[in-house]
Amino acid sequence: MSDEPTNPMRDAIQEAISENPVILFMKGTPDQPMCGFSARTVAILQSLGKPFAAVDVLPDPRIRQELSGLSNWPTIPQLFVDGELVGGCDIVTEMYQSGELQQALGLDNAPAPEEPAVERVEPPPLSIENRL
Amino acid sequence: MSAGPATPEELKSRIEAGIPGARAEVTGDGHHFSATITAPAFRGLSRIQAHRLVYEVFGAEIGGRIHALSIQTKADENGEAA
Repeated sequence: MSDEPTNPMRDAIQEAISENPVILFMKGTPDQPMCGFSARTVAILQSLGKPFAAVDVLPDPRIRQELSGLSNWPTIPQLFVDGELVGGCDIVTEMYQSGELQQALGLDNAPAPEEPAVERVEPPPLSIENRL
Repeated sequence: MSAGPATPEELKSRIEAGIPGARAEVTGDGHHFSATITAPAFRGLSRIQAHRLVYEVFGAEIGGRIHALSIQTKADENGEAA
């Protein structure tokens, strides 16, 4: 944790979180995710048809460092809705399956998640085992 | 910090030692791990707060020595996911 009075990187991250109702910090871009967890989170958001801002943390290691300092969350991806950390891939997946994510995104009346926009959602290349 | 590659057994015992009353099932290949953890300490916590407790067990090793840790938390065996 840094005690520096000015921290432009952290300010920029905070501003991005404040200005974007739905923002995902991820590895890579929505079109080219560089990690299975980011890919899976993007696929869920895209299947819900909710527009979201995305920030690639890979180009500068300070982004991740400052983001994790701000959010008190060590891993990437991180999804923020209305300025609040919702979670990473595990929590987003659980909330999607339970319908809570749709609710958090204000999509209560959206079509059931079983009918995603198929052409865009590829099975995410995953190494996660969900031991449900 | 422990040396050498992390193992599911190591993660399990550290989680169980670090969170009072926790029972953990951990699988993994030395880099990516998946943990299902049941602990009364999660009761009343949001998912975010419960997962933070687990991350805190490992500190800076998350993202480093432990490349990825997928987490599922429950307050009790039959209960809702915390």
